[in-house]
Amino acid sequence: MTRWLPRTYLTLIYILLYVPIVVLVVFSFNESRTGYAWGGLSLRWYEALFNNRAMVNAMWNSLWLALSAATVSTVIGALTALALHRYQFRGKKLLNGMLFVVMMSPEIVLAISLLALFLLVGLQLGYVSLLLAHVTFCLPFVVITVMARLSGFDESLPEAARDLGASDFTMTRTVLIPVIMPALLAGWLLGFTLSLDDVVVSTFVSGPSYEILPLRIYSMVRVGLKPEVNALGTLLLVFSLVMLMLSQWILIRSKR
Amino acid sequence: MKQTLLSLSNLSKQFGGKTVLDGLDLEIYDGEFITLLGPSGCGKTTLLRLMAGFEHPDEGSITLAGEDLTHTAPENRPLNTVFQHYALFPHMSVFDNVAYGLKMEKRPKDEIRQRVDEALAMVQLQDFARRKPHQLSGGQQQRVAIARAVVKRPRLLLLDEPLSALDYKLRRTMQVELKRLQRELGITFVFVTHDQEEALSMSDRVVVLKDGLVQQLGTPREVYERPANLFTARFVGETNFFPGTVESVHDGSITVDVFGLKRTLRRPDFAVREGQPLNVLLRPEDIRVLDPADEQGVAGKIVERNYKGSTLDSVIHLDDGTEVLASEFFDEDDPAFDYRLGEPVKVSWVDGWEWLLPGETATEEELSADA
Repeated sequence: MTRWLPRTYLTLIYILLYVPIVVLVVFSFNESRTGYAWGGLSLRWYEALFNNRAMVNAMWNSLWLALSAATVSTVIGALTALALHRYQFRGKKLLNGMLFVVMMSPEIVLAISLLALFLLVGLQLGYVSLLLAHVTFCLPFVVITVMARLSGFDESLPEAARDLGASDFTMTRTVLIPVIMPALLAGWLLGFTLSLDDVVVSTFVSGPSYEILPLRIYSMVRVGLKPEVNALGTLLLVFSLVMLMLSQWILIRSKR
Repeated sequence: MKQTLLSLSNLSKQFGGKTVLDGLDLEIYDGEFITLLGPSGCGKTTLLRLMAGFEHPDEGSITLAGEDLTHTAPENRPLNTVFQHYALFPHMSVFDNVAYGLKMEKRPKDEIRQRVDEALAMVQLQDFARRKPHQLSGGQQQRVAIARAVVKRPRLLLLDEPLSALDYKLRRTMQVELKRLQRELGITFVFVTHDQEEALSMSDRVVVLKDGLVQQLGTPREVYERPANLFTARFVGETNFFPGTVESVHDGSITVDVFGLKRTLRRPDFAVREGQPLNVLLRPEDIRVLDPADEQGVAGKIVERNYKGSTLDSVIHLDDGTEVLASEFFDEDDPAFDYRLGEPVKVSWVDGWEWLLPGETATEEELSADA
C-alpha cells in the first residue's frame, strides 16, 4: 500500500499535465473536422494553417515582437543589473524594490496603466506600444537573472583584467560579458517566452495595425474551436522545445 | 648602492571614517623581495591595492622610478598583481589567460605565442596550455596566475597572500619556487602575508605593519632577533617576556634583576637608568632548561611537552605563574632525552642571546594580535 500510493499519485499528476498536450498533438493530425472523433491521419490542418494568411501574418508579428522585446529588455536589464551590482547610490534599494513591484503586480493593473499612459501621450496603438509594454514586464526578470549571476561573480576578475592593461571598456567586453553570458541568454529566453504568450497586456495595448498570435488564437477560439489551432499549438510546442534544448546546450557548453 | 624603485610617501587612506593607512612612508629597492607582514586589518592589503591602482590614497604620493603614479589607472602602471584567489578568467584557456596582457599591448601573434610558451615553461605548465582553469589543481592555477603576471615583464610584481589557499606542503614548494622565479627574473617582488614564517624564509626585507603604520622595517634576521617593539616581538615568532629591573648601569653593560637572578647584560641602545623596568625577550630556542639542583636559574615545573621531531618543545610554569616556552634540540649523546609532566626544573638562558626592550607593559590589543 505504501509503495503503490506515491507512484499512482505521481502518475496521475503527470497524466493530468501531459494528456492535454498529447491530445492536442494527436488531434492536429486528425482528418476529421470535429475535435472529438478520430478520422485518420492527415496534414490538412497544417495546410489550412499555412493558407490562412491572417494567421501566418500574426505568427510573424508575434515572433518579431518577442525577438525585439527580449533583445531590448536584455540590453536594458543587463545594464540595470550591472549598475545595481557595481555602484552604491541613493535610492538603490527603492529601485530594486520597484522591479519586484512590476513583477508581482497583477497583469491587468499593468495593462490598464500602460493603456492609460499611451492614450495620455497620444501614442498610436500598434507595434511600438506592444514593444514598450512587453519590455516593461520582461525587464524585471532579466535584471533578476543577471543579478543572480553577478552575485557569485569574483570581484577580482575585473581588477585582474585592468591590472593586465585592459581599459574599463575592454574589460567589460572581454571578461565581464563573457562571464555573465549564460545569464544574459537565460534572461533573453525568459523574455522571449513571456512576450510570445502574453495575452492580458497585449489585449489592451495592441491595435488593428499589428495583430499578434495569442490574440488571433483567442478570437478564433471564441467562435468555435478549429482544428487549425491544434496544428498551431503543436508547432509552438516544437518551437519551445527546440528553444529549451538550445538554451540548455548553451549553458552546458559554457560550463565546460 | 641599492636603488629605490618604488617610493611611497606619506600615504593615508580612510574607509568610511576608519583610518587604514596613517601617513605611511616606504622605499622599495630595485630587485628586492620585500614582504608586508601584519595581522588582518593592519593595512597591508590596502597598501598593495594602492600600489596596483585599485584604490587611490586620500593623501601622499606613489612614485615609480621617478614617475608619479598616484592617480594613474591600473592599466597604465608598469606593475602586475598575483591575486589571492588567482582571479583566472574562467572562460579562457590557460594559454589565453597568460596571453591576455600581451594582447592588450597589441603585440604581434608570433611574439605572444613565444612569450606565453616561455612563461608556461617557466612555471612547468607547458602541457596544460589548452586546459580551462577549472581543470587545474589549486597549485597549478596559482602558477598560471604567476605566469600571467610576469609575462608582461613588469618592473614590480605585487603578490596578495598568493599561497594562503594552498595546503601546507604545496605552500612550502611554492615558496621555494617563488624565490627561484624572483632570482631568475630579477623582478622586484612585493609580497603580502600574515604568515610570519613565510615572511622570514622568503624575504630580503620585512615590513611589519600594524594599524596602518610601519612597526619595523628590516631584514628577517633583524626583525626576529632585534624586534623594535613588543608588537613585533610578539607577532614575529614565539617569545618569552621576562620582566626585569635595572640594578646598576656600567659602561658597556647593565646589571638586571630578573626573578631574583642578577644577570649582567649588554647595554641596550635606548637610555637606561637605575630602577628602570625592562623587558627581557627570549626566544624559545634561547631558553636552557637546567637540573633543579643547579645554582643558576629560576625554579619551575614542566606542564607540557611536545615532541617535534628535531626539537623537544616544552612549556614550563615558573613558581610565580609565568609561562615559559622552551625549544631544545635533541642531543646526539642522549637520544632518550625527555621530560616528565610535573618534573621540577630550573630555567635560564645563554648570556648575550637576550634582547632588551623598555619596560612598557604589553597592552590587551598586542596580546590579541598574537593569536
